[in-house]
Amino acid sequence: MDANTFLIQVLNGIQYGLLLFLVASGLTLILGIMGIINLAHGTFYMVGAYLAFSLSQHFGNLWLAMAGGVVIAVVIGLVLEWLLISRLYHRDHLYQVLLTYGLILIFEELRSVVFGDDVHGVAVPEILRVSIPLTETLSYPVYRLWMSAVCLVLAVGMYFLIQKTRLGMIIRAGAANREMVQSLGININLLYRLVFALGVALAAFAGMIAAPVASVFPGMGNQVLIVCFVVVVIGGIGSVKGAMLAAILIGLVDTFGKVISLEIGGVQLLPQLSGMMIYVLMAGVLLARPEGLFGKRA
Amino acid sequence: MSEAALIDARGIHTYYGVSHILHGVDFVVRRGETVGLMGRNGMGKTTLLRSVLGLVRPRRGEVRIAGVDMTQAATHAIVRQGIAYVPEGRGIFPNLSVRENLVMAARPGAHGRRDWTFERVMATFPRLSERLTHGGAQLSGGEQQMLTIGRALMTNPDLLILDEATEGLAPKISREIWAIIGQIKQAGIASVIVDKNFAAVSAIADRVLILVKGSTVYEGSSAELRAQPDLHHKYLGV
Repeated sequence: MDANTFLIQVLNGIQYGLLLFLVASGLTLILGIMGIINLAHGTFYMVGAYLAFSLSQHFGNLWLAMAGGVVIAVVIGLVLEWLLISRLYHRDHLYQVLLTYGLILIFEELRSVVFGDDVHGVAVPEILRVSIPLTETLSYPVYRLWMSAVCLVLAVGMYFLIQKTRLGMIIRAGAANREMVQSLGININLLYRLVFALGVALAAFAGMIAAPVASVFPGMGNQVLIVCFVVVVIGGIGSVKGAMLAAILIGLVDTFGKVISLEIGGVQLLPQLSGMMIYVLMAGVLLARPEGLFGKRA
Repeated sequence: MSEAALIDARGIHTYYGVSHILHGVDFVVRRGETVGLMGRNGMGKTTLLRSVLGLVRPRRGEVRIAGVDMTQAATHAIVRQGIAYVPEGRGIFPNLSVRENLVMAARPGAHGRRDWTFERVMATFPRLSERLTHGGAQLSGGEQQMLTIGRALMTNPDLLILDEATEGLAPKISREIWAIIGQIKQAGIASVIVDKNFAAVSAIADRVLILVKGSTVYEGSSAELRAQPDLHHKYLGV
C-alpha cells in the first residue's frame, strides 16, 4: 500500500468513525443517562436519510433539507419520548426492547408506504462536488472532507455541552443519581425529553449527511444500529468521550480490514474476514476492560 | 412572604409494598424554626421526609408546602417551594467535580432570593475551596457532607432537611458540621435535623419530634425533653 492509498483509507476510516459517533453518542446518552435500550436509534438514522432525500427534492437544495430535517427530527424525538419512551423508565429492559423494536417495524412500514422499497440517491451539493487530486489517478472528494469537518464540529460542541455547561453537568449528574437531581429542583422528565430529542436529531443528521455518499435504502438503519452498539460497548455505556474514541477505532479497523491482505499459514484471513474485525476488537476490549474503555466499574 | 408553615403534613400513611411504615403522622415545620426528628433506626424518619418530598407517595394524608397542597406534586416542584434536601448517604455526584456539584444546583430561592452565591458557600466552607477540581468521590466523609450542605445552600432554601447529619463522621468533623448548622440557623433558614446525637440535636433544635414504629410518640420543645431523661432513654436509648 503506497502513502496516498494509506492516506485515503485513513481519511475514510476517520470519516466513517465520526459518522458513527454522531449516531452512537445519542445511543450512549440515552442508554447511560435514561437507562433506555433504544433499538430504534438506527431507524432515526434512516429517517434522516429519507428526510434528506424527500426534502432536497422538495426544496431543490440539500442545505435547506438538512435544516428542515433537523427540526422535524427534534419534533419526532420530543413526541416519541412524551408518548412512548417516558412510560418505559420504571420498566424492565424487555419492555424497552419490545417497544423500540416495534418502532423499527412501524417506521420501516411507513417508509415502505411513503417511499417504496427502491434504493434512492441524493445529489452532493454543487459547491462540494469537487475532488482534491492526490496523484494522477487518485483523488479525494471534498464532500467527504466536509462531512468529517461537520462531524468534528458537532463532536466538539457535544464535548463542550456535556463537560462545560450547566446543562451538561445536570445531565451527567442524572446519570449518577436521578433522584438526587430531582431533589435539587430539576425537572428530570423534561431533561430526559431534551436528551432523547438531541439523540434523535444527531442520528437523523448523520443519516442526512451520509445520504449523498451512502445512498438511501430500506433497512439502512439496522446496519448502523448494530455497529453503534459495538461502539457504545467498547467506549463504555454513557461515556461520550468513550464513544468518540471507540467510533474512530472502529472506523479505522473496519476500513483497513477491507483493504489489507493478511494470510496466516496459507489461509487468507483478510479481507475475507473483515466483517468480523470490529467484533474481534470488541471481544478484545471486553476481555481487558469489561466496563468498556471509559465505562464506570460496576 | 406568606406566614403559612413551610411544611404542613397531616395524617400521613405511607407503605412500602404491603408494609405499613407511617401510621398517620402529623409533621409541621414553620419558617425559621429548627426541628429535630429523632427515633431509632427503622422507625420511619427517612420515610417521613421522603413522603413530604414526594419521593414516595403517601397512601393517605395531605402535604401542604408553603400553604399549597402538593400531596400529588412532583419532587422538583415541591423542593422549588424553597426546600433543600441532604439525604442519608449524602447523594454526592461522584462523576462531577466539587465545583460542578455546586454549580449545577445553583438557583434563586422561592421568592427570588439569591443571597447564597458560590462565593458565600466558599466562605462558609473554606475547605471545599481547596478541593474544587477534585472529583466528588475523592472527598472524605466530612468534606462530602460539607459539599452536600453547600450544594443545598446554592438553591437558596427557606428550609434545609438534613438526614443523618453527622452519621459516620469523626467527632472533630461532627463538631464542625454542628457549628455550620448553627450558622445556617443564624442565617434564618429553617431546618429539619435527623441525627443520633441527642445532646447535639436538642442543643440546636427549637422543637423535637420522636417517631416510634411510624407514629409520633413525643413532640415538644427541646428543653422539656431534656428535663425528662426517662423519656429520651425510653425512645432513643439503645
